[in-house]
Amino acid sequence: MLKQVEGSVAVAEAVALCRPEVVCAYPITPQTHIVEGVGALVKSGALENCEFINVESEFAALSVAIGASAAGARAYTATASQGILFMAEAVYNAAGLGLPIVMTVGNRAIGAPINIWNDHTDAMSVKDAGWIQLFAETNQEAVDLHIQAFRLAEELSCPVMVCMDGFILTHAYERVDVPAQEEVDAFLPPYDPVQVLDPADPYSIGAMVGPDAFTEVRYLAHDKQLQALQLIPEIASVFKEVFGRESGGLLHPYRTEGAETIVVALGSVNGTIKEVVDSMRAEGAAVGSVSICSFRPFPLAELKAALAGARNIVVVEKSLAPGLGGVVASNVRMAMQETPRTVHTVIAGLGGRPITTASLRRVVTEAATGDLPDVHFLDLDKQVVAQEIARAKKTRRSGPAAENILKHLASAKSTGNAGALS
Amino acid sequence: MTEESALQRVKFYQTGTHTVGNRLMDDAARSVQASMDRSNAITSGHRACQGCGEALGARYALDSAMRAAQGQLVAVNATGCLEVFTTPYPETSWQIPWLHSLFGNAPAVATGVAAAMRRKGRDKVKVVAQGGDGGTTDIGFGCLSGMFERNDDVLYICYDNEAYMNTGVQRSSATPPAARTATTPALGDAPGNVFGTGKNMPLIAMAHNIPYVATASVADLHDLEAKVTRAMSISGSRYIHIMVPCPLGWGSAPCDTIRIARLAVACGLFPLFEAEDGEVVRTGKIRRPVPVEEYLKPQRRFAHLFKKGQEDKERLAVIQRMADSNIRRFRLRGEGEDS
Repeated sequence: MLKQVEGSVAVAEAVALCRPEVVCAYPITPQTHIVEGVGALVKSGALENCEFINVESEFAALSVAIGASAAGARAYTATASQGILFMAEAVYNAAGLGLPIVMTVGNRAIGAPINIWNDHTDAMSVKDAGWIQLFAETNQEAVDLHIQAFRLAEELSCPVMVCMDGFILTHAYERVDVPAQEEVDAFLPPYDPVQVLDPADPYSIGAMVGPDAFTEVRYLAHDKQLQALQLIPEIASVFKEVFGRESGGLLHPYRTEGAETIVVALGSVNGTIKEVVDSMRAEGAAVGSVSICSFRPFPLAELKAALAGARNIVVVEKSLAPGLGGVVASNVRMAMQETPRTVHTVIAGLGGRPITTASLRRVVTEAATGDLPDVHFLDLDKQVVAQEIARAKKTRRSGPAAENILKHLASAKSTGNAGALS
Repeated sequence: MTEESALQRVKFYQTGTHTVGNRLMDDAARSVQASMDRSNAITSGHRACQGCGEALGARYALDSAMRAAQGQLVAVNATGCLEVFTTPYPETSWQIPWLHSLFGNAPAVATGVAAAMRRKGRDKVKVVAQGGDGGTTDIGFGCLSGMFERNDDVLYICYDNEAYMNTGVQRSSATPPAARTATTPALGDAPGNVFGTGKNMPLIAMAHNIPYVATASVADLHDLEAKVTRAMSISGSRYIHIMVPCPLGWGSAPCDTIRIARLAVACGLFPLFEAEDGEVVRTGKIRRPVPVEEYLKPQRRFAHLFKKGQEDKERLAVIQRMADSNIRRFRLRGEGEDS
């Protein structure tokens, strides 16, 4: 059913359609509207046979899901930012135990400094914990990915996190087609656990494993993700049959045929990127883009194929590996190691900074002309940064860097002298 | 009892494991441990130290819980000695469904298991969560408080050996004053653990107004079993705190575990009581009180208080005052009162 609805609310409805049995909620911006939505559906009786548990921390939230899933119930929770770190131990635990929990991550920056706006630091902080990580480009895809996620998680016995950009998607009102219950029921069978706590057939789950077997256990986790590389497109294909639209899968190429420069990105920024591609193509530039939907497992072969024709690859990412450069870019480079291309890292949108079509056009143009440095921070205020570095060099007790930068920006605004030296 | 008699009245005392299997008792009054069909939730072959109080306490508690739940029981375990010595990969000594997740989340995991059982229409399956003092009073404290506040239907059992024993005897917030541990060594002017304000987990549990809180000892099997059985008959959050001596960490002889547990109760340092909805309703009376020294002396973790010719009278007096205060507060010396 078509609705003009807030992204979070659409996701809450999608989750409810998947008939979760235990939902545990701890609030953190920007996922709050999702868990509030699910809670209301439980309380009103619209979502039956589901317990909505208000827990005292994110660590407890995922832990409750772990217990519920191990006991045979379909479990769901949501988090973001600091919350994903607070539950980090449980994130690794859930993957290690092979529990098919589905979790929404409303992508948000991680402090210090505290920041409530969107970037991908939170998802990247646990990218190697063994969870499948899917990134939604639109609110429609966010809805669809949650439905696919439960099926994917339960078939593989592997937890799945569905990432959607905080505020940009979670709080945006977009037209979304929320499926009917019968459609979801046809697509998603009841949870049939690989392992379950049952007095009739008791066994121990979570034993210590020593050096003699640990490598094998970890290899199996890797193998499971490799299986997901096959299963994700299969499930997307079945989804298309049942629901009538394309959603999910490993990656979405856009106008990559004959493209010399291809932009690669995760999540909602792909919408903006596609507009830039369209406008530059209209001017005769050979540009295209690839939206990576499955970040873990990382689709090395598929990405290599999608980027094969390009000379320049521009990875626009909302994450940073301080001291190295790009996180996504490093993964992309791995896909291209046998067929080396110039891979540019563009760090953009950190802490919610808007990514404009103008700035994207500029970096794509510079990449094509060879003027783009290897690692480039989009729209960086170089004056402010230079001022702060100089100040820190001058005095030992130079004060907190973040606050100083805010002061620079404030004084520049008031004097009308953007970037003037203090 | 008005008649004076030349004959001395013979009093039969329940003296813990001495009367396991006592043929004078009728079947109904015998302990679960004495019965042929006890579940052996933890079976033999585990790797606990000789004389381990926790292995004993867990076996006592879980077999009682299994009987009360008619075999429909799931155990959730925090990281710690019990978890490690019962599951040396690739073996397990658990004969019941068992889940170990992390160190600090056993209460939350148990909450999830209980919720799942309800959703799956398996309400008869009961959940026990268990951890040591480290996992309960320190790292798991937040999750435990959350579980209590929600009154989740879980029985949480804390096996308190008063330190992080599994990792080599480091101090926890349950470590008593003056005790030597690896992080509170018996060195300097104030050897052993600090004389702090303490952290009384049973009282904290009571402050959450949960339906049932109890303390129990491995020295009193019948009492421990009765408390577990009573707890299993109540729904909502229940908390049982069992003191379990650790020969390795306490520096005591393995054969002294039960004796030391008895002395802890007898001197007043470990009061036995039950509470319902935040109020103490029953206490275990001390029949033969002993000075704290009798309890402390057999443990090398307190040896620095008893240096030859240099007994630390001051610190011992403070410990005695703590014991006396417990005796007063919990009325552990009532005559003619029901225990």
